[in-house]
Parts: sequence; C-alpha cells; structure tokens
Amino acid sequence: MAHDIAHHESNTAKIWKVFILLSVVTIVEVILGIIKPAFLIDTTIISMKLLNWIFIILTIYKAYYITWSFMHMEGETKGLRRSVVWTAVFLICYLIFILLTEGDYVFEVFKGGYKSWDF
Amino acid sequence: METAVTKTGTEDKIWGGGNKPLKVSYGKMMMWFFILSDALTFSGFLAAYGFSRFKFIDSWPIADEVFNHFPFLHGVDAPMYYVALMTFILIFSSVTMVLAVDAGHQMKQKKVIFYMFLTIIGGAIFVGSQAWEWKNFIKGEYGAVETKGGQILQFVDAEGHRVGLKDVAIVDIHKDREQHQRKNGLWYSEEGTRPTFTVSEIANGFTKNTDLLIRTQELVPDLEKLKASEKARDVAYATKLEKELVNPEAKGQKAIYKREYSLKRMGSVIGTVEGANLTHNEYGTPLFANFFFFITGFHGFHVLSGVIINIIIFINVILGTYERRKNYEMVEKVGLYWHFVDLVWVFVFTFFYLV
Repeated sequence: MAHDIAHHESNTAKIWKVFILLSVVTIVEVILGIIKPAFLIDTTIISMKLLNWIFIILTIYKAYYITWSFMHMEGETKGLRRSVVWTAVFLICYLIFILLTEGDYVFEVFKGGYKSWDF
Repeated sequence: METAVTKTGTEDKIWGGGNKPLKVSYGKMMMWFFILSDALTFSGFLAAYGFSRFKFIDSWPIADEVFNHFPFLHGVDAPMYYVALMTFILIFSSVTMVLAVDAGHQMKQKKVIFYMFLTIIGGAIFVGSQAWEWKNFIKGEYGAVETKGGQILQFVDAEGHRVGLKDVAIVDIHKDREQHQRKNGLWYSEEGTRPTFTVSEIANGFTKNTDLLIRTQELVPDLEKLKASEKARDVAYATKLEKELVNPEAKGQKAIYKREYSLKRMGSVIGTVEGANLTHNEYGTPLFANFFFFITGFHGFHVLSGVIINIIIFINVILGTYERRKNYEMVEKVGLYWHFVDLVWVFVFTFFYLV
C-alpha cells in the first residue's frame, strides 16, 4: 500500500470487516470456553488439550489481524516488518520453549521426588 | 543540517544513509521498536506464568470459578462474560482508533476528534472494568483455610456447592479480644488486620456440621490412565484417590474428600484466608494471585498511560496542531501504541481466562 499522505484512500469498509472478524473469533472463544466440549478436552496433542491449542491458534489469528490491519504492518517495508516480527517470533518461541520445558521438569520432580511438599 | 553531514558518495543507494531504507519516519520506526521491546517484556511475564502453571499443572485454580462476577448480578455464576465484554470494549476502541488514523490521512479534523474521543472513552471504561475485577478478586467470595504446608482448603456441602467461611464458623460470642494497636501496647508494634473468624471457630463449626466436606486444590486426574500405568507409584496414587474422594470420576475438577478424610485434613489448618493479596489467596497457590496482579496490573498501567497519551494528542488535534503541521502522523503513532495494548490483552485474555 502506497504511503502517500496527501491523498489517501479511505479504508473504512476494510476496518469494519476486520472488526467483525475479530468479534466473531472472540465470541467463538468465549462459547468454547463456557461449554468446553468434552472431546476437545479429552484429546491431547503434544501434551496439551486440543481445546487449548484451538484457543492459542485463534489468539494468534487475532494478533495477526490486529498487527497487519490495524497497526498497518502490511503497508510497511519488508525490512521494518521483518526486524520487528521475526525478532519477536523467534525470541518468544525460544523463551516459551525453555520455560515450559523447565516447568514440566520441576513438576515431575515435585511429584516424583522423595520429599514431601505437603506436610 | 545538510552541510554538516559528510558526503560518502553512497547517498543514492539504499543503506547508504542518505535516504530511509525502512521508509518510515524516525518516530514511527522507534515506536515500532519500543513496541517490540514491550512485547518481549509481556512475553517474559506470560512465559513465567506458563512456567509456574506447568509446575503446578495438577493444582492450578480454575479461572471460571474465580472470575465469575458480572455487575448487578449478585450470586449469579457468570464465568467469563465480563472479561469477554471487556475484550469487546478494547477491540472496539482499537477500531475507533484506526478510524481516527484513517480520518487523519484524509485530513478530516472533525472526524479525528470524534473517533479519538470514542477511543478515550473505551479505554477509560476498560480501566474501570479492570479495577472492578481487581476489587472482586481482592475481596474474595467464600474464603478458605490454609494448612501448615501452605495448601488452600475450601468448604463444600454434600452437593458439592461452595460454602463460605461465615456459614461454616460457629462464632464464639464470649470471645472478647481487642486488636493490638500502637496506642494500647508497645508503641513500635501493632498487629495486622485480624481475621473475621478464628481457626478454632471454623474447626468447631466444621466438626458440628456433618454435611461439610473439604475441597482441595488438587485436580482429579484420569484414574483409568493412572491405574493402567506401569509405575507402582501412579497405581498407588489412583487407589488412594479412589478410596478417599467423593468425586473420583470428576476428571479435571477439584478433588473433594470424604467426611473422615476431610476431618483429618482439618487437623493441619493453621489460618483462614479471605480474598487475595500477594502472599495468600483463597483461590489456590499464591503464585496465581501474584501473576494476576502483575500481568493484569502491568497491562492496566499500559492502558492508563495509553489513555493519557491519547488525551494529550486529542487536545492537540482540537487545537489544530496537526492541521498546521499538515499531517496527522502523531495520531498514527499513538494509534500504534493503543493497538499494541489491545494486542497484549488478546493474549492475556487467552492465557488467564480461557486456557
């Protein structure tokens, strides 16, 4: 999208479309969170409930639309886009991987160790 | 300015330094990098939350039971409705912000003023809602007792409904103990807020009312799976739970102990907990309240500062600063910050209330 400040097209229709999309996704999340379908809770993928995976994927989907459409990331140059998005995605994935692995390990130690934690 | 810059002969090339390789103004680029660093701060918080939650994966509080208030609906179990509403308000204020930016591109001052006004109102409502959430969280609803090992025990009746401390306790009317204050004791010492009920009042009430049972923080595991496990420890644990629990089949729910085992647990109680602070909370592990206060507080602070920055820019728009400057990029920059606040909330909402 060209960044010409003087004569800019109005994006109002697109903005409302994104708003409706974000609202629908949020409503779906809330409905799933309230009814909690049994089969989504019983199915586990990579040691997490399928329902939680759905929540996380929907959240990232929302985040994508907020960044690309509202924050106008799609209109920025490749250089800016990558220096912001790739840095964040890489570091966040790394951090989450380490901390969750460690958390799970500590859980196992608490549970399986020979010390009592509830006395 | 131009004359002071040393010519390098690479001015016309990208990355030569003479033009803008990222094609944005300095301010906007720096806003993006600030947002990046702030996003990493929030990720640090949320990842730490994930760490603690994985550490206590079998005893973490269930969000639906904690956040189930809705204004003017007292005693109605309304899980998540209010946060869902808050999320809508914030997303909507994001929309009005982007509409303001859009109007700014077309140099329509009146429209920018209108949309920025809506954005500020939305932000203020959100901060207010968060304060209300905090109030409910801090005040608590039923109360609980804490054991020597730091475990939180809650009370339920025979049907599994929660029972508040005030309905458990048999208050000793003869008891007459004054609060120790500076004025009536040593001047350098005073005691904190005294609990509404003493441990002995609760214990007394619990022993007399034979309907009451104790609900612990443990989430009931999948017993079939545990019994099929090869580890002797898992099988022993499953057998123990099956013997002691009222609800061994309620997978993923909080464990409720049979009366005799409940009485046994009551023996190790050392204190009562009402509501939440940074060291104790009636919902479960102290970490739960700590992360709630830190993450929603840090986010709420962002919203508050966002509202203040928006107000400053709003005044500038009214004064016509950007009309004279002939561009509304400043609105775009605060817009970026405002959208970022919304972006963070989307994640906080998921990890605190949904997952």
